Amino acid sequence: MKRTVFAAPYAVWMAIFIFAPMLLIGYYAFTDGGDFTLANMRAGLDAMYMQVLIRSIWLAFRATLLCLLLGYPIAYLLSRMKHGTATLLSVFFVVPMWMNFLLRTYAWQVLLDSGGILNSLLISLNMPGQQLLYTEAAVLLGMVYNFLPFMILPVYTVLTKMDASHIEAARDLGANGMQTFFRVVLPLSMPGVISGVTMVFIPAITTFAISRLLGGGMFMLYGDLMENQFLLLNDWGSGSALSFILLILVIISMAVMRRAERQAGEEGAKLW
Amino acid sequence: MVKRVRNFFKGTYLGLMLLFLYAPIAVLIVYSFNASKTMGNWTGFSLIWYRALFGDAMIMRALGVTLSVAALSAVIATIMGTFAAIGMHSMKKGTRLVIENISQLPVVNPDLVTGISLMMIFAFIGLKDGYTRLLLAHITFNIPYVIFSVAPKLRQSSNELYEAALDLGCTPLEALIKVVIPDIMPGIVSGFILAFTLSLDDFVVSYFSTQGVENLSIYIYSMARRGINPKINALSTLMFVAVVTLLLIVNIKSIREERAADTQRRKVAKKTA
Repeated sequence: MKRTVFAAPYAVWMAIFIFAPMLLIGYYAFTDGGDFTLANMRAGLDAMYMQVLIRSIWLAFRATLLCLLLGYPIAYLLSRMKHGTATLLSVFFVVPMWMNFLLRTYAWQVLLDSGGILNSLLISLNMPGQQLLYTEAAVLLGMVYNFLPFMILPVYTVLTKMDASHIEAARDLGANGMQTFFRVVLPLSMPGVISGVTMVFIPAITTFAISRLLGGGMFMLYGDLMENQFLLLNDWGSGSALSFILLILVIISMAVMRRAERQAGEEGAKLW
Repeated sequence: MVKRVRNFFKGTYLGLMLLFLYAPIAVLIVYSFNASKTMGNWTGFSLIWYRALFGDAMIMRALGVTLSVAALSAVIATIMGTFAAIGMHSMKKGTRLVIENISQLPVVNPDLVTGISLMMIFAFIGLKDGYTRLLLAHITFNIPYVIFSVAPKLRQSSNELYEAALDLGCTPLEALIKVVIPDIMPGIVSGFILAFTLSLDDFVVSYFSTQGVENLSIYIYSMARRGINPKINALSTLMFVAVVTLLLIVNIKSIREERAADTQRRKVAKKTA
């Protein structure tokens, strides 16, 4: 008996539940009642939908940038600690993910609400209350809040694996702290940054429910749009077209990331 | 002095970031002990929501669905994923790469697309039962994570042990169960844990793929618009405390072991010196 047989049940499973569904999306995106059509794609590329897509990408871009700016220092500080302390602290940065993300997002509603905790704090400091909830900033905050651990983890992993002698060598050769960081540590940690960016950016484009809970439905994102098409309108044709556009976008961004990763690898090699 | 100032800033930054991450969780936990029904309006300490929680049939049913789907899908995905990894390990490189790449799909695909595509296939094959849909969907997104936990361990383990077992008269299945599986057990266990927790926390795939059945996430989502019942706060506080306790025990244990191994190494080094 060949051992490859053991993979057979999974191969069948994969064909039915991973591969066939992808084909179905393609089928519904390009047909109407069984006939080939481009109408769905044309509807999917409609200016109004495109506007939603661009808004989603722009928001996801800013969320990813903020996660990087906030998360990198965290990962860096953790990686410079004693191993035991760092492991324990890194657990503290992951633990919040163990509470249902919808509930945590809902809790931000309570924090940001006009009569909520943050506004009471502002007023007690004699400052004017602010409209915090149901703004674009609130949606951005929700994204950063939910995706930050996904940025910290890969960067932290790369930084802890980095050979400390590289840093020592840079210091011995006369580089100061800033130079060591920007010319040695940062380039060497690029693979972690890239996988962090991928892990934040793609889920952020398709984020769903955050915009409804914190944006009050005023900021429709691509995920909300797709929910509308499939669950409210039951329109599989244009819904599939939207999924198809999204898939192409995901493939493009994966390709860009892969390329960046290879370049980062080459530069790292050049460096040494 | 400069160092002290710098350490102060580092500590403050990490502290602020932890505050950012834990503030909403603290809010949820604090209001689970609130006497009033509305969050954000504190009227006094009370345990009524904890008492009421276990009498709420809807929540208990949703909790039952969440826990049973997590357990079942993790077990099935672990078994199927482990065997798949073993089978793929002995495949020719070309075939293996094709299967590995397709396996990546549910991982790199946005949850939203996975959920929608599963909804379409379930409708297409005429599967109506919501619970079965949920279970199949969770198994589907869990398997790749099991494979990716098990495969590296397989690459580390030597093929010779398996060959030796065959030479000593084991059938291939016996050799697999007695030699290969114990060798890759750590990978199987971490794959199982990963699968269980992913299933426990999933909302998007569940929301799209099922119909008529509510797990906790779906229940919470449908409630969030009207305002969340403090009973849910009480339940998630209990679950959160359970998970954190478990994680801390595991981590402190591994830190202790590391420390013990460290002192051991130092002793040995001293002796040889």
